[in-house]
This record gives sequence, structure tokens and C-alpha cells, in this order.
Amino acid sequence: MAAIFTGAPPNSGPGYSFTQTPAPTSASEPRQHAFYPYTDNGGSTLGISSSTFTILAGDTRSTSGYNINTRYAPKLFHIDSADPSSRLVLSVVGFAADGEALAERLDTVVKMYRYQHGKTISVGAAAQRLSHVLYGKRFFPYYVHAILGGLDEEGKGALYSYDPVGSYEREQCRAAGAAASLIMPFLDNQVNYKNQYMAGSGVGHELQQRDPRPLERKEVEELVRDAFTSAVERHIEVGDGLQMMVITKEGVEEVYRELKKD
Amino acid sequence: MFRNNYDNDSVTFSPQGRIFQVEYAQEAVKQGSVVRNAEELSSYQKKIIPIDSHYGVALAGLASDARVLSNFMKQQSLASRLTYDRPILLSEITHRIGDRAQTNTQHYGKRPYGVGLLIAGVDAKGPHLFEFQPSGVTQEMVACGIGARSQMARTYLERNLEQFAEASREELVKHALRALKESLSQDKELTVDNTSVGVGGVKEDFKLYEGQELSGWLETTFENMNTAPEPEAGESMEVDS
Amino acid sequence: MNHLPQAWGRPRDDIYGAYNHAHLAPSHPTTHTQSPIVTGTSVIALKFRGGVVIAADNLASYGSLALHRREAAEKFNDKAVLGFGGDVSDMQYLDRYLNALAIRENYSSGSGAGEKASSTSTDASEEERAESLDNEGAGTGMAANNLHKYLQKLLYRRRSDFNPLWNHILIAGLSSPPPNAPDASPQPFLKSVDLLGTAFGAPSLATGFGAHLAQPILRRVVPDEEAVKKIDEATAVEAIRECMKVLWYRDARSLDRYSLAVVTKEGVRLSEDERVEGQSWEFAEGIRGYGTQVV
Repeated sequence: MAAIFTGAPPNSGPGYSFTQTPAPTSASEPRQHAFYPYTDNGGSTLGISSSTFTILAGDTRSTSGYNINTRYAPKLFHIDSADPSSRLVLSVVGFAADGEALAERLDTVVKMYRYQHGKTISVGAAAQRLSHVLYGKRFFPYYVHAILGGLDEEGKGALYSYDPVGSYEREQCRAAGAAASLIMPFLDNQVNYKNQYMAGSGVGHELQQRDPRPLERKEVEELVRDAFTSAVERHIEVGDGLQMMVITKEGVEEVYRELKKD
Repeated sequence: MFRNNYDNDSVTFSPQGRIFQVEYAQEAVKQGSVVRNAEELSSYQKKIIPIDSHYGVALAGLASDARVLSNFMKQQSLASRLTYDRPILLSEITHRIGDRAQTNTQHYGKRPYGVGLLIAGVDAKGPHLFEFQPSGVTQEMVACGIGARSQMARTYLERNLEQFAEASREELVKHALRALKESLSQDKELTVDNTSVGVGGVKEDFKLYEGQELSGWLETTFENMNTAPEPEAGESMEVDS
Repeated sequence: MNHLPQAWGRPRDDIYGAYNHAHLAPSHPTTHTQSPIVTGTSVIALKFRGGVVIAADNLASYGSLALHRREAAEKFNDKAVLGFGGDVSDMQYLDRYLNALAIRENYSSGSGAGEKASSTSTDASEEERAESLDNEGAGTGMAANNLHKYLQKLLYRRRSDFNPLWNHILIAGLSSPPPNAPDASPQPFLKSVDLLGTAFGAPSLATGFGAHLAQPILRRVVPDEEAVKKIDEATAVEAIRECMKVLWYRDARSLDRYSLAVVTKEGVRLSEDERVEGQSWEFAEGIRGYGTQVV
């Protein structure tokens, strides 16, 4: 898509030389659309849920190819923030225009639910509804990886992750976006203690995995910061700023930290 | 026996230039009581509906029609925020429901809305109060009351009209409650059970107050008449329940 | 009646011959714009304390052919200016569309229209009347953020219909005060939207070639929102003029005439005939490695 604005002549228009002029297609056969309706705006998001809270985070860089569009484009959206008892946060990464459209769709759905039922939607119901919203565009998908965070009916942290066409599951932690492949193994190891074993428990099949435990808020915030500072070092599409939303029973707290801008 | 030949539908004017179906619909507004008799097995009808964070409506007449209209208003209000990133103007939303109601008076097989609305809140142009009638007539008011026996309430409002512009938020609520009291039959009182108040103001989201939240206002309004002036702008809404 | 529903409502084969189904199907699928034809190049803009400055050159190109002069920046009202990159015919379509919107807005948001109309003398020129129309909506009409949201929705809808408006648009101006602080002074607003509906804002923005050449220069002037509060109008305009010069030096599809608009709370100052001043092509002497020159 960047090719449109590079100053190069349009492919179908006059070229620099006759040899570059594309051969005309037969007149009777209509040409297919040259327009591609998606782009990748880069960036990464992650979410971690614990016993009493959920944290979602995303970097704030927006890119087009090697260009940085802006250093501050939030990927986290507090859903129905007009409702003081709302504990829903949606993070989207991928094609930013679809991401914002999805966030606004969910915001409207959640508001209409409140108007019609006179109460705030539960995170489970919102999660299933979001799945339907995504699947509803199965054949022209929202090109985003969404993560929905909130608190369930027992007050425990809830985290749901989605693929672009609505397949979803509840998880303890999930990373998405450009640096997902860098961050996800780190979270597996540090949140779910994957590949960590009890010292002296034996060898081979005797090895006992270290049992995961609910993490403290301070620990999780440190994990998030470490995940992103590392991702920034290794991925060019991640950087500039870190936006975090901490969902507790008191409310949704937003935290912003600087990241490297190189 | 006399038979009215011009009331079969709402697309036929009578020789006097009247549309009887619309007028019959207006009668439905008067069926809505300002305070309804508390029946043993039913509660009072809720008559204030918050629509968006900046405004709400009060209704007199068919509550079901009001629900349909308020649903439409909620959707239009959300659409305004979504496509223009701004709260809808009260004049705009009032015109839109006015146009809808007018359509119902002009098409065969349609029934006019049997409900009157007061639309109150604050937008980019300041505090507003609009009245909506089933005929599609809408007008901006300084103060207004609709519904059964509302004439007494309007008389009170007319008498105190000059005070409203300078009144504080608390004073305006008290005026509203006193006006509402006027519309009650002799043996009735305003109580926390049959009253609700909606307040929207500059820097204040529209909020519905009901139940025990009202006890303070009801006590100070009707026990001792002294008012504490507070220099705060506010828009109160007259209430019919 | 025939027992095959497929035959209902069609002429009888035994009388008219076999039905030609080709008449029902369109001969080809509907097609939409697949690439821009006549294009404009960079638009650049910069926020400063109390306002925004935006500039775009006046050239319309047909591939590598310099075609004609164009309007590159357009005043929407006293609070918003648009700068268009990309297809010129789509820009002109949007221009007409937005003019209609502006008129509609002035009817619905102009408070006390009666007073204003009577104060305008009957022999006022067309321009003066247009001016008073613009001022009418100044209190409550669409601010830059309202316009941006609307355009984002429009372009996103068009891309979703596979019928894009082939533009990258900068919307510069002042934003409406937040509902909970109606008396707050209007803040500078600068955001962009492209043919896919992607929208973002920044202290400085540039489309097309400007994203490569001008944006790095502008980011040195205003790296973040804090810096916006520290620079004044003159500095901002100077930076923009410098960038237009760089673009004229290096962008082959550019012109040394450009439009420049400044939006502050006093209104919009739009000049459509600015020139690149103080040119010096001496830097070309030092360039090696292009064309026939190898040493």
C-alpha cells in the first residue's frame, strides 16, 4: 500500500519507459481488483490474568512498512468507560483501522446490553459476543488479534484471546502481534513456569514441573515491562511507549511508560 | 345517532381541519397520571429514562411507546458519538423524533405515538428543555409539565418563571418538586416511592435520582421553605411520578 | 403450470425457443477504482502552541507528467483545514461532499441565525455572506476532531465496500472542548486518515514523500506533545517552509508553489500562492554516483 505514495507512477498509467508498460489485458476480460484492503500497523500486545486482577499492555508505535506513523497510537480500549462499574478492556493489534472499528462495535454492543438489561455485561458474555462479532465477518475478517481482559463473576482475573475470525479461549496469559513470538515463550516460562522443574525431583519422567501460582500485581507489572523492553530491542515495529491497563475490583487504571524510540 | 366520519384513520382531515386520530392520541397523554394510585401488587411506573450521558427524557402517556422512542434516541445518540465524536444536540434529537412522529400522522395504517416527552439535558449550546407531542410538534421550553393534571404544575411554573434563570441547582430541584406537588390530588403526597428526579448540568452527567436519594430534597422542600442559594448552574427536569 | 419453478415467469421454449440465461447475468463484475490516476504529492503539517500549520504543493501529476495546478488545502470552517494527498478526482469529490456537509452543519448548529442574517446588509457581497456562514457555526459547529472522525468513518466504509477514495488526508485545526470542561481553551488538533481508514495523530504529520523527507525534520522540531507547547507559530511556519524547500529539492513530482494554512483560535489563514524562497542548488555539486558522472 505504501507504493501508492512513493511517487512512482501508477502501474496502469504511463510508465517511465515503454518496456515497463504492462501488456494490456484482453478487452473482454475485466481486470481484478488491484486494491488490497488491509495493512499491517505492527506493534505488540499482551495480557496476564491473576487471582484478583488482569493486566493488559501494548506498545504505542504505529508503523507502515519502515515508516513510523506516530509514536502514540493506543491499542488498548476501555470498553463502555461511561459506566463506572465497567471492568472490560479490549486490546487489538494488526490492522489498526479494523482494530478501532472492532473496539467501537464492542463498545456499542456493551452499551446496548446495559440499556436493555439494566446491568453491566459479564466478561464471559462479552467474550462470547466478541467471538460472534468477529465470526460475523468470517469472509471479510477484522484483521486483528484481540485480547479481552476483565474480572469474572467471582472477582478473579479473566483473559480471553481471539484469532481474527472469532475462535477464542480463556487463558492465564497471551501475547499477540508483531513480537508475539518473542514474548509468548517468555510468558510461558515466567507465568505458567513452563520448562521450570522442581530441583532434585529426578531425571527424565521423574522430573516434576514447578507449580504455577497466582502472581502479585508488582511481579506482573515487572514481567510486562521486561517483556516489552526486550521486544523493543529485537523487533523494529515495537517501541516508543508502553500503555498498560490494570483491571482490579476498584476500577481500570491506566499506566504509561516510555520505551526506546529508535 | 351522531357518528364521526373523520376519525377512521390519521390521513383524513375533518372539515374543520382536524385530524381526530392525532387528537385521540393526545388524549392518551392525559391517561398518564402525574401520580398514580399505588395499587397493592404493582409499583409506580418509572417515567424518567436516561438516554445518553448528557440528557434524558420524562414521559407521559403510553410507556411502551416511550420505550420504542427512547430506544431510537439511544441509537441515534450513540451514532452521533460514533460518527462525529460528539454528543448529539438536543435540538437535533428532538427534531428527529418529531419527524418520526409526524410521519405517523401522514401515512395510512400508522398510529401516532401515544406519548408526550420532555427532553432535558446539556449539549454544546448549553442547557435545554424540549417538549415533544404525538402530533410531531416540538418546542423549546424554559419550564414545562405534561400529563394528567399538569395544568396546575404549569401554573406554578409560570408564576415562578423569572426565578429559574438565576436559580441554583438545589433551588431548581425544589421548584420542580413544588410544581409536581401542585399536580397531585388533595389527599396525595410526594414520597420517595412515587417520585423521581433527573438532573443534568454543565460539567454534570445526566443522573436519575430515586428512592432514598430523594429524601433530603423532599424534606427540605416541603418541611421548611428556606432555601440555601448556591451559585451553580443546573437544569432540572419536571417529573411525573 | 409447469412443475419446474425455474421455468416460471419465463417465455415458453416451444414458442420462443430456449431461454438465453446470459441475458440475466451481467457481462462483467462491477469495478471500482484500482489505482489513482491524477495525483497530488506530499502534505505536511505541524502543531504549535495554540494552533496548527499545514502545507501542500499545488501540483497535480499524471504519472510523471506534470499536469496542472490544483487546490491542495481546503478550508472546512474556522476550526478545520484539510490537506489532500493522492487522487485528485477523489479529492474534488470529497470537496463537494464536504461543502454540502458544511452547509448542512451551518443550518443545524448556527444559533441565533436570525440576528446574524439581519446584521448582514442586503448588499453584502457573496464572499462576505459566505464568511458570515462560516462564523455562524464557530460556536458549536464541527471542530477538527468531529470532521476527522467523520472522514475516518467515510473512508473506512468505502474501503470495506472495495471502492476506496484514494487519498491520504491530513485534518488540521482545533478540537472541540471535552464535555466536562466546556470552557477549556480549544487544543491544537492534527490527525490523518488514509484510503484504508487508518487514522492516527502526532505532533507532526506528513503524507507521501513527505513521510520520508519532511517527517524526520519536523520531528526534530516537535519530538512530542510537550515540545508542541514550547514552540510558537513563527518557528512552526519556518520549519514547514524549510520542509517544502527540501521536498522541492528532492521530490521529482513536486512544485515550488504551495498552499499554506495556519489555524489558530483567530480562525484560518490560507494562502494558496506561496513560493519556495532562498533556493540554493549548490548541494548538487557535491553529489556523486548518479547519472553519467562517476568521479
